[in-house]
Formats: sequence, structure tokens, C-alpha cells
Amino acid sequence: MTVKVGVVVFPGTNCEHDVVEAVDSVGGCGRLLWHKDAGLADVDAVILPGGFAHGDYLRTGAMARFSPIMDAVIRFARGGGPVVGICNGFQILTEARLLPGALYKNRDLKFLCQPTRLRVASTGSVLTRGLNVGDELDIPINHFEGNYICSDRTLAELRETSSIMFTYRNNPNGATSDIAGISNKTGNVVGLMPHPERAAHPLLGSTDGALLLKGLIGGG
Amino acid sequence: MSTAFDVAVEVSLRDGIADPEGLTIERALPALGFSGVSGVRVGKSLRFVVEASDEAEARQQVEAMCERFLANPVIEDVDISLSLVS
Repeated sequence: MTVKVGVVVFPGTNCEHDVVEAVDSVGGCGRLLWHKDAGLADVDAVILPGGFAHGDYLRTGAMARFSPIMDAVIRFARGGGPVVGICNGFQILTEARLLPGALYKNRDLKFLCQPTRLRVASTGSVLTRGLNVGDELDIPINHFEGNYICSDRTLAELRETSSIMFTYRNNPNGATSDIAGISNKTGNVVGLMPHPERAAHPLLGSTDGALLLKGLIGGG
Repeated sequence: MSTAFDVAVEVSLRDGIADPEGLTIERALPALGFSGVSGVRVGKSLRFVVEASDEAEARQQVEAMCERFLANPVIEDVDISLSLVS
């Protein structure tokens, strides 16, 4: 059965079509959901894509967290449904407190749009379940606020529960402990700053992002 | 009867969190001839008016707004000032 992936569009989201295309290319079925929708229809997984939801006013993700669809997303996530936040989507998941910590301005105050090499640090999530710890992936980033910040206690918890999914080989933005992506304790909610959909076709220079989306589709 | 309060909320980065903007400003000041400046921190300020029965209730409301929306407690601290609308 084809896995249906709902891709949520907020005003200011700009990566939704790329994500749908990439999901379809690995055998899933991506469909757009509007932020004012009350429910998630019958999707098997949800992706919050990148962009500038609600203009990133106040803080990145701060407004999007109150969009009507988020109640359904939070319920779906708490019920074990796979939810992935990419870039701005990751920021929204932290503001919604589905993931701990926060994303702050890059250390050098530069907007970064470049390939990055990631190391898979845990396979206990819906994105990384098909991979091995230590695998390296080339996936680009595209952000100004990707510097992951959390308290020492949160960091210790992330480590204890193997919830750090990806680390940067060469930390581009100052993120705590080189963190590029994390999950919740049960691994069904994942947030990452790199864009897997931008590494999902040979023409894009890397297909490593497709491996992550296959993980999402494969077990969804 | 409700009373109107002018509210000022100062949002600042929590101690211990690096502030690249503040650091950049601090480094730029000597070039303009201002030496001896340290500890520059950049934040934001919000101004609005709240109607409440008394100052304690107004403060409670603003604290709830900050906790839920106006600031992110993971990285930010808030300082709230209230005064009667003159």
C-alpha cells in the first residue's frame, strides 16, 4: 500500500512542492495540507517543510505553532504517528514543544546555503531506521537560524535516549554538540535542519536525502 | 471596572547563550572611537496596553503571554514593567 505523506503548507512555506516530489520519487504519495485544515485526513505521516511560516514573525515557528492544523499534528505525534520537521519545520516542532531545545541565529550571523556532510548518530527514528550509525550523508542546509541550543540537562537526556539523529562533520552554524537533527524519545518525531528533499535526485548532486525519505515511507 | 496598563516587555537572551549580534556590535564600537564597552547584549522590546481589574491581574496575564508566546523560555528571559495609562 502506498504511504500517504501530508505536507503542511503555512503562509510563507516554500519547500512543499520539492518535498512532495521527493516523497513521490521514493514510492510514497505526497499531498499538500493547508495550515487551516482542522484534521490530517487519512495520511500515514506528516512533514512540516522548510520556508518562513507566517514570515517567521516574533521567532521562527512561533506563529506557526498556533495554526489550526497544529492541534491535529500534535495529537498525531503523541499517538505515535511519524512527524518530520525540515528546517523551518524543525523550528516549528521545537516551538510546539514536540521536540526539546530551540534554533537560534547562526554563530557567524550568515545565511548558510551549502552542502553539508552529516553523520548518522542514531538509527532509532523514522528517518534513520534504514541506516547504520556512522553512515555519512551529503545533504544541503539553507538557513539563518539553525544553531541548535538546549540546556545541559536536555543535552544529557538526548544522549541517554539516543535521540541525537544527525551531527555535522564540520559544524557550520555553532550548533550545540554539532547537532543537525534530533528525535523525540520514541523516534516518531524528528526535526533536522538539512533538507533531504534537496538531495533526492542525481541531478541535485546527492541522493542521500532519498535514503531518509525511504526510511519514512518504508516503515510508515 | 477595568483599568488600562501600559506594558513593556523586554526579551533578552538567557545568560550563557552566545549572542553573535551583541558580540559583533561590541567589536565594531572601538572602530568608532568608543573604547571600554563590554557586555553588549541584543534583545527586543514589546509595548502594548492591557485592560485588567488591577496590576496583579495585568501582570499575571502578561506573564502567561510570555510563557506561552512572546518569549521562548529555552533561550530567552523576560522583564515585565507595568504602569497605569496616564
